[in-house]
Amino acid sequence: MAKVLVVTSGKGGVGKTTSTAALGAALAQRGEKVVVVDFDVGLRNLDLIMGAERRVVFDLINVAQGVAKLSQALIRDKRLESLWLLPASQTRDKDALTDEGVRDIIADLRTKFDWIICDSPAGIERGATLAMRYADEAVVVTNPEVSSVRDADRIIGMLDSKTVKAEKGEQLKKHVLITRYDTSRAARGEMLNIDDILEILAVPLLGIIPESQDVLKASNVGSPVTLNNASSMPARAYIDAARRLSGETVDMVVPTEQRRGFMNRLLGRRAA
Amino acid sequence: MSMKLLNLLRRRTGSAPVARERLQILLAHERGLRSQPDLLGILREEILAVVSRHVVLDPEKVIVRMDRGDAVSTLEVDIEIPNGFEKRLKVAS
Ligand SMILES: Nc1ncnc2c1ncn2[C@@H]1O[C@H](COP(=O)(O)OP(=O)(O)O)[C@@H](O)[C@H]1O
Ligand SMILES: [Mg+2]
Repeated sequence: MAKVLVVTSGKGGVGKTTSTAALGAALAQRGEKVVVVDFDVGLRNLDLIMGAERRVVFDLINVAQGVAKLSQALIRDKRLESLWLLPASQTRDKDALTDEGVRDIIADLRTKFDWIICDSPAGIERGATLAMRYADEAVVVTNPEVSSVRDADRIIGMLDSKTVKAEKGEQLKKHVLITRYDTSRAARGEMLNIDDILEILAVPLLGIIPESQDVLKASNVGSPVTLNNASSMPARAYIDAARRLSGETVDMVVPTEQRRGFMNRLLGRRAA
Repeated sequence: MSMKLLNLLRRRTGSAPVARERLQILLAHERGLRSQPDLLGILREEILAVVSRHVVLDPEKVIVRMDRGDAVSTLEVDIEIPNGFEKRLKVAS
């Protein structure tokens, strides 16, 4: 059965788009049929991160308004057969996207894909509520830093009240993904502790993605980090997270200092 | 190294414990506000309805604000009424 997953956060710049692309590619690599949907109307970026920016013809709003068919707007990934992108529009009119439009598109996507991953815009306004509206599961992305955790808490409140699933009184499955985890700053106690974040948010952990140059390198060449350098630390953390999303139990690896990299490799191998 | 052990080693250093304390207090407060289904919104609507029965108002100029203190909280209602409202008052009544 198809699963609709929203990647959301409240705060901007925490790693939603990076995570959408990385998780989408990792799931597709496992043989799942995946579409990543950019809900960031007016500020689309997922096409760039996926390396498909020059292939965008039609977008989400064109489909919602009936200007284009869904099949005309979907872009197939050049590296992975089972990975697709539905780009956002660059229009400045955010109201162009309606609740009914999103509902119909998601319903249609459900018949075609195993995973529908919605990359939410920042904020708590219309765009973010539409991105989460029809979700079955949510990945709440947060950085180990106070303002990001506060916004994550707010978003969790919205997931529990503003989604169709919540309104029906059903349980929307939530996961916390801690990204941009800086190992040296963590070692100095300058960043919020992972246990503390989990205790505060009371949502289970999906993964810990280290702060890494590999993320920037991957975005420079337009490739999800899990495809660009699958053995890099962030890629491995995302691949593990994707396995957990598919229901596997995978040991949690806490990224440690670079010079202790061999420890990670040992732990990583045991976990895999 | 296990996560628990790493965290234990870190726990007593740096500014992270302060961050945690502040967040816990703040979120307890914000969650409390959230669970009351928009109390301020309801108050605002009802105040607006009552006053509008007697005075012509611009709904945008009705501001309702709540300030929480430790012992008491204050409810601040700020309504801007256009000059010459008495004339309209007669018309209205
Ligand atoms: N794990 C990471 N390490 C280093 N940089 C990261 C990491 N995750 C995200 N970034 C960078 O942070 C910025 C914001 O990421 P993005 O995924 O666009 O966030 P959002 O979609 O939440 O606004 C980008 O420049 C991205 O390259
Ligand atoms: Mg983004």
